[in-house]
Amino acid sequence: MTLAEAPVREDVNLVEVRKLRHIYGKGGGGHLVVLDDVDLTLKTNEIVGLLGRSGSGKSTLLRAISGLIRPTEGTVMVRDAPGDDTAHGVAMVFQSFALFPWLTVLQNVELGLEAKGVPADERRKRAIDAIDLIGLDGFETAYPKELSGGMRQRVGLARALVVQPAILLMDEPFSALDVLTAETLRTDLLDLWCEGRMPIRSILMVTHNIEEAVLMCDRILVFASNPGHIIAEIKVDLPQPRKRLDPAFRALVDDIYARMTAKPANQPVREGAFPGMGIGMALTHISTNTLAGMMESLSQPPYSGKAELPTLASELQLEADELLPIAETLQLMRFAEIEGRMIRLTPAGKRYAVAEVDARKQLFAQHLLTYVPLAAHIRRVLDDRASHQAPARRFRDELEDFMSEDYAEETLAAVVGWGRYAEVFAYREAADLFSLEDPG
Amino acid sequence: MAFQSPERMSPALLVRFARRRLAPNRADLMTLFLIAGLAVLIAHGAQQMGRPLSQLSMAPVSLDIARLPGYAVLTTLRMFVALFFSLLFTFVAATLAAKSHKAELVIIPALDILQSVPVLGFLTFTVTFFMGLFPGQELGVEAAAIFAIFTAQAWNMAFSFYQSLKTLPGDLDEAARQFGLSPWRRFWRLELPFATPALVWNTMMSMSGAWFFVVASEAITVGKTSVALPGIGSWLAVATNRGDTRAVIWAVGAMAVVILLYDQLLFRPIVAWADKFRFEQTASQDPPTSWFYDLLRHMRLLPRLFRSVPNTLTHLPPLPRAMIRTPRPLDPRLSRALDWLWLGVVILGAIGGAWLVVRYVGETLKPHDVIQALGYGVLTLIRVLVLIAIASLIWVPIGVWIGLRPVWTERIQPVAQFFAAFPANVLFPIAVGVIVALHLSPDIWLSPLMILGTQWYILFNVIAGASVLPTDLKEAASIFHVRRWQWWRDVALPGIFPYYVTGALTASGGSWNASIVAEVVNWNHTKVEAAGLGSYIADATTNGDYPRVALGIAVMSVFVILLNRILWRPLYGFAARRLRLD
Repeated sequence: MTLAEAPVREDVNLVEVRKLRHIYGKGGGGHLVVLDDVDLTLKTNEIVGLLGRSGSGKSTLLRAISGLIRPTEGTVMVRDAPGDDTAHGVAMVFQSFALFPWLTVLQNVELGLEAKGVPADERRKRAIDAIDLIGLDGFETAYPKELSGGMRQRVGLARALVVQPAILLMDEPFSALDVLTAETLRTDLLDLWCEGRMPIRSILMVTHNIEEAVLMCDRILVFASNPGHIIAEIKVDLPQPRKRLDPAFRALVDDIYARMTAKPANQPVREGAFPGMGIGMALTHISTNTLAGMMESLSQPPYSGKAELPTLASELQLEADELLPIAETLQLMRFAEIEGRMIRLTPAGKRYAVAEVDARKQLFAQHLLTYVPLAAHIRRVLDDRASHQAPARRFRDELEDFMSEDYAEETLAAVVGWGRYAEVFAYREAADLFSLEDPG
Repeated sequence: MAFQSPERMSPALLVRFARRRLAPNRADLMTLFLIAGLAVLIAHGAQQMGRPLSQLSMAPVSLDIARLPGYAVLTTLRMFVALFFSLLFTFVAATLAAKSHKAELVIIPALDILQSVPVLGFLTFTVTFFMGLFPGQELGVEAAAIFAIFTAQAWNMAFSFYQSLKTLPGDLDEAARQFGLSPWRRFWRLELPFATPALVWNTMMSMSGAWFFVVASEAITVGKTSVALPGIGSWLAVATNRGDTRAVIWAVGAMAVVILLYDQLLFRPIVAWADKFRFEQTASQDPPTSWFYDLLRHMRLLPRLFRSVPNTLTHLPPLPRAMIRTPRPLDPRLSRALDWLWLGVVILGAIGGAWLVVRYVGETLKPHDVIQALGYGVLTLIRVLVLIAIASLIWVPIGVWIGLRPVWTERIQPVAQFFAAFPANVLFPIAVGVIVALHLSPDIWLSPLMILGTQWYILFNVIAGASVLPTDLKEAASIFHVRRWQWWRDVALPGIFPYYVTGALTASGGSWNASIVAEVVNWNHTKVEAAGLGSYIADATTNGDYPRVALGIAVMSVFVILLNRILWRPLYGFAARRLRLD
């Protein structure tokens, strides 16, 4: 750690989260456990990353710590730093920046101080200091709409730092930015942190980008979804500044990939994209074009049927949480299998990759009806009925017995997309009706 | 709201430039004169309103040209007093509805209904009520007129504010809560700014709609009581009764000047200023401009004087941290049970109210009266539908043509909006003169008056829709040689449909209201009347026949609400589902 030369402070637990559990949803029937049995401790002088795929509850955890939501069960303790420390409390940086478009940069930065009742003169002075620190001088009178994404996030950062929080919470702060801007901002933030120029004691950041987590964090908590829980805690001991091409760095990224794709051994009954789960299995809506493209890429050199997920991700320029659902959908339909961080096309997958359009559709239809129970179920109902029609409402209701409304909607959308492509059934949105008819 | 200084400089620089910058410049002077003039006018008007009623009958409205500017001021004053109360109502009712689930259950349906019932019909009751409140004073009649204007303004403003509050961007809400903004500061920093663009637009629409009611509400005859408040509306009423065409034209001119003045001096600056509250992270392509706003922004002295205002607003104690945590929610079952209980109370109240109306009407009226009113309702319904259809056939092609040509759009759009603001009822007498002279059938030829003022909503909405038709769609259509009927069916009509529905819905609602004044028109002691629900209500009002007025309003409300539910709502839904361009 580079903070060795910074003044040594007492190691204090700034945040303690114990047995946190949070449930979203309506009373009775479908509800969604977003977080289950989560423990977390944040000490002084560390950057901790919450890493996981979308829907794993990491943002919810951040909001529970910030006090924006009240968790269903469990405790959250946020402690002020001891002694004559001016920093206390938390402040948050948002993925979407959350700047007030009708306030100037300066007014946006002053917002938190204004709420605290800081006198106007001091407010102005502190805001200008924060603006200077974060490299925004000259932009004080600009409105957010005049700024680029990177500059906007700098405003978000200055606005959080100016209230001198002990803990800086960051919710995917760089994911709305392009690659180059994000890199610059990360480096600038790390520089400020390592030089101890920010008033904060610790940073807790949410990310779905594995490399970002390894690049910035001292400790990474890996989340799995449905329900969100921590599956691994990884200490990153590499010295700053870290290099992406460093073999130790690569090894760590690969290791985290493997952990994120690992099949859960201890949790047999979960909603998730895992084979053999009946119609109550939540599906991710992946376009058939994407699936086809993935199988083609995998079948061609240099992969020739198998690839390492991290390599694949960086070559295809996909984030982990974009690649993994595609891989898992292919696995679900037995077009590919995942082992550790390897993905391998099955013989069916290889056949699909080289087949013509009609043959592809036939193969896809066959696998869809065999391995996706919901698709088979819809087809069976349509076959049984004399009219060969069924309202989608009926299947939506069935799904909502197993999962929340949003998941049911996405699952149905996935099946509709795949079923239309495979021509195993038709769906009319206006009537919300499944049928067997071919469009005439 | 207070002015925002356009420049922000460091304190040191401010001191250095203080002497030069504090000296009043030309912009300061001009604004000062304008404001002083306004103050004098307002004082004059307020003095007038406090007089006893007897004085009003001693000095009746005269058609002396010299009095016309004074009348115009009084009328405008009434409108702005009503606007003030409308804003007050908006902030209270909409905020309550947005923050309390139980209030929402009552307020929102109530607003929805009040928005669509014919407020003109209520005049009878409100005049009686307010005159009872201030017996023998002009203030009572003033209050009744202002209340009538208020009922024309408030509902859509409240609706718009409520919708804004309900659609606050989630991240800004979180940011505000995370920094612990107090409800007061949250209102000024987040809620009001976010709601401003929609609220400004709705306020302008309300002012346009209100002119119609000014004309109808200043000179009121309810049974034996007949009052004429000094104002443009009464001037028109007198001129119409005497058949004085010249005086009518003068009034039309005065009204045009007033509308132009407050549009230029008030609404345009506000629209230009409100542009910065649009919730978009990109700068607008073509921001609205206003010369008066630019003038205000170039003042040196006045902003300094107003500088202290926002500061007092923001010097409030911060919220203790415990309070920014969301309160632990009630047990969902208990909360739902309470909702049902509350809903039950509300439904009981509504049933009670309906029962009172039925009993009141039932005392004097028989079932066949209801059937008669329903029959008249059907007649007016047919008129509204046919007129909307005809107006659509005329204005949709014209609107599309204009909307596709940016140069024309820029020229015509403000004119169409001006016509929508212009109270068409001032022109009714002239139309009646023509009908009488040519011996035309009033049942047919009075009808167009109903849509005279409301057809512009169709026009300017269609123009707006056509002007935002995506260029790539237009280019694709021209590359594939999509022409004539196919072009209308596949390109133009689906593209403008959501806008058209908005315009037609507004026009239809306005036409129902207009029927009350358009189906019976007096000109030079001649009464021309068409059979319909509007004339039914109007006649009952003139005769002081309260039960028939109540019955007429109830029947019209039912027709309007059913038409909205059966025709316009589904069309809206269809437009939102299938014809969205995003």
